[in-house]
Amino acid sequence: MKRQNYDGVVLTAPVSVPYVRYSQETAHWWIARALKQVLDTAGMAPRELDGFSVSSFTLFPDTPVGLTQHLGLSPRWLDSIPMGGASGVVALRRAARAVQAGDVDVVACIAGDANRIDSFRQLLSSFSRFAMDASYPYGSGGPNASFALIADSYMAEYGVTREDFGRIAVAQRSNALHYPNAIMKSPLTLEQYLAARPISEPFGLFDCVMPCAGAEGFLVMREDEAQRRGLSYARISATIERHNAFPEDPVQLRGGWVMDIDELYEMAGCGPDAIDLVQTYDDYPVISMMQFEDLGFCAKGEGARFVREHDLTIAGDFPHNTSGGQLSAGQAGAAGGYLGLVEAIRQVTGQAGPTQVTDAETALVSGFGMINYDRGLCSSAAILKGAR
Amino acid sequence: MSDKLAPPKKKNPQLRQRVPTLPPQMRSRAALGLTAAAARGVFSLQHCEECGAVKYPPRDACCSCLSVSLDWRETDRTGVVISETRIHVSPDPYYRERLPWRSGLVRLSAGPTVLCHLHGDVGRGDTVRMDLKLDKAGQGVMIALPEKRSPDMEDDEQLRSLTAHPKHRRVLITDIRAPETRALIDGLLAAGASQIFVGESESWRRGSDHAAIAALDRVSVLPLDVSDPSSVKKLAAEIGGKTDILINTARHVRPGGVLGADTVFAREELEINALGLMRLAQAFGPGMASRTADGVNSAVAFVNILSVHALSADPQYGAFSASQAAALSISQTLRAEFRTSGLRMINVFTGPTDDEWHQPLPPPKVPPKALAKSVVEGLCEGLEDVFCGDVAKDLEERWRRDPKVLERELAGGGA
Repeated sequence: MKRQNYDGVVLTAPVSVPYVRYSQETAHWWIARALKQVLDTAGMAPRELDGFSVSSFTLFPDTPVGLTQHLGLSPRWLDSIPMGGASGVVALRRAARAVQAGDVDVVACIAGDANRIDSFRQLLSSFSRFAMDASYPYGSGGPNASFALIADSYMAEYGVTREDFGRIAVAQRSNALHYPNAIMKSPLTLEQYLAARPISEPFGLFDCVMPCAGAEGFLVMREDEAQRRGLSYARISATIERHNAFPEDPVQLRGGWVMDIDELYEMAGCGPDAIDLVQTYDDYPVISMMQFEDLGFCAKGEGARFVREHDLTIAGDFPHNTSGGQLSAGQAGAAGGYLGLVEAIRQVTGQAGPTQVTDAETALVSGFGMINYDRGLCSSAAILKGAR
Repeated sequence: MSDKLAPPKKKNPQLRQRVPTLPPQMRSRAALGLTAAAARGVFSLQHCEECGAVKYPPRDACCSCLSVSLDWRETDRTGVVISETRIHVSPDPYYRERLPWRSGLVRLSAGPTVLCHLHGDVGRGDTVRMDLKLDKAGQGVMIALPEKRSPDMEDDEQLRSLTAHPKHRRVLITDIRAPETRALIDGLLAAGASQIFVGESESWRRGSDHAAIAALDRVSVLPLDVSDPSSVKKLAAEIGGKTDILINTARHVRPGGVLGADTVFAREELEINALGLMRLAQAFGPGMASRTADGVNSAVAFVNILSVHALSADPQYGAFSASQAAALSISQTLRAEFRTSGLRMINVFTGPTDDEWHQPLPPPKVPPKALAKSVVEGLCEGLEDVFCGDVAKDLEERWRRDPKVLERELAGGGA
């Protein structure tokens, strides 16, 4: 059956609460901050909001149900998206269909996480059952070690060098210098990238994200509602989502996007050439490179060449992770799965300020999440178009 | 090739001794199947009883056919390393002290991809032999070993952390009179033990082995009577701080059932075989448990030799069987109590040994050399339960299958 389009539903009120490396504040606090800002932007009172979608790793012992009482909301539509780096696009997919069907008028999609001293270690050791049983006991390197194993295979298979990954990290740092909320404030050279201390070989320091606390959010509503409130908004051209793709692959050299990418472009009615900017999920540069291939910007195994031949900075011919991505802006838990989406809404609605890509109309956002054992299980992507 | 492990330097008493920490020990119930297999040195993974697929990590349902009938079976150990990493940063206190640490992905011939520890001699592209071992937390973990034995491969730091290898370690054997003691000494010295202390009770009546053993290089005979609390404490005060492996060979055996026998023999058997173990553990255990992270010659294992009839009584040795069951139970409690330190409790179960107290029994019986070999193997491989000899192996298998049937068979009268 042909999929229905998302006509009449829009994304608006993109909000990023500035990240902090370590914070005593709880996930509730961070989510409250983002929620307040999206509602203020739309001129709504909390009691008016009838839809709420939450992504967070650190709400325990609460769930989004507890949050409704904690924050004074009475929604008729409530969602919890525990998909890490894929959360943003998945939240928007769920919310958009609910708004389209009339089950709800306005959904606030919020991701936020705390980062106290030692909370990262505790999160890693009990991240999933397979991680607890079969990956964490083997050196306890966390995702750095698991993705290093993927990177090692990927480099050997396609002849990729650390320098190729470095180009992605260096370009993102250059973008981050324009993004006021980025945690990383100093420039990064390719030499510095290559000389960095090893974390989990082949990864060095600048292959890895900085865990921090923070929150991101946006609203999903009908187009007429956004117009009535005088909000600038983005339309949803197409979305995809996939979990546990290619389970028979011995090691993850491709993500779930490969299964669904044709449908994404077909639904959007355009190809990769029509994309003005790309926000990939960059827990590691190797994963961004994999997305360039799997999202159709180049053939499999051509990622390194693609990176060498393009300028990935804001002013370049392939603007990528314009806020610096998680590698330079920081990884605020599940908010890392929103960072690119929120930045993409700002970009196509012309609200990105110092990171604004000239004439940005169409953005592709991809998500990737949840290294349950040896690979990331969730993949998602969306194409957004600005309506100005 | 692994670097040859150098003997430890003399300890500087002013430096702080490294305190014991454990690698992550939380596991799901299904994953304990790995621990159970590692404890006895077999390589078992879950096999789906319906579709035959081999599955890893351990789970509750087959991801090929959704059957919930998953059976732990011995599995082909071969695989190929498809990627490797050297971890330099970890938030875990145990690994932080041991970085860098190598791990890798191995594609097993049996199907699944396994994330495992890598022995220093293997890397990406190599065909490897997989092993399941108990780590310091007492949990089963996978390590990829070279396909063929390489010289000094047991010296690899990551492998050594998973075994109780005697090399450069100091060992106490508690009873010079046990028939297997001499063979044990020889085996331990051959495996590289640096010093062996041998306990001798009633030193005034020396056995025929005394002179030969006392004359050995790196071996000293010291007074020890496990039935005497002050004797045990005295020896612990003297050598407890340098006992890295304790092998309890002291035991008292008298044939006879329960009805006809005097309780004097039973009391003696419990005194030596069960309470003796408790005394040794109380005197030596805490000191050993505090030294499990103390470098090359850290304390590593407490070995107990038990009759396999600890599992199910031999009515011809009624009181003795009872003392063995008691000792097994005590060893399980000790294992739990040593858990936080990483000190390993090894039980070596043997069939009837070839000595004067088992003289009326028909063969097969366990020669002292075979028993000694099992003990040294248990240490070198880092096992928790070792079954020595055909009788013990046969009895273990029958016990696993059905303890009640075994009990009836041991009572005699089977066809």
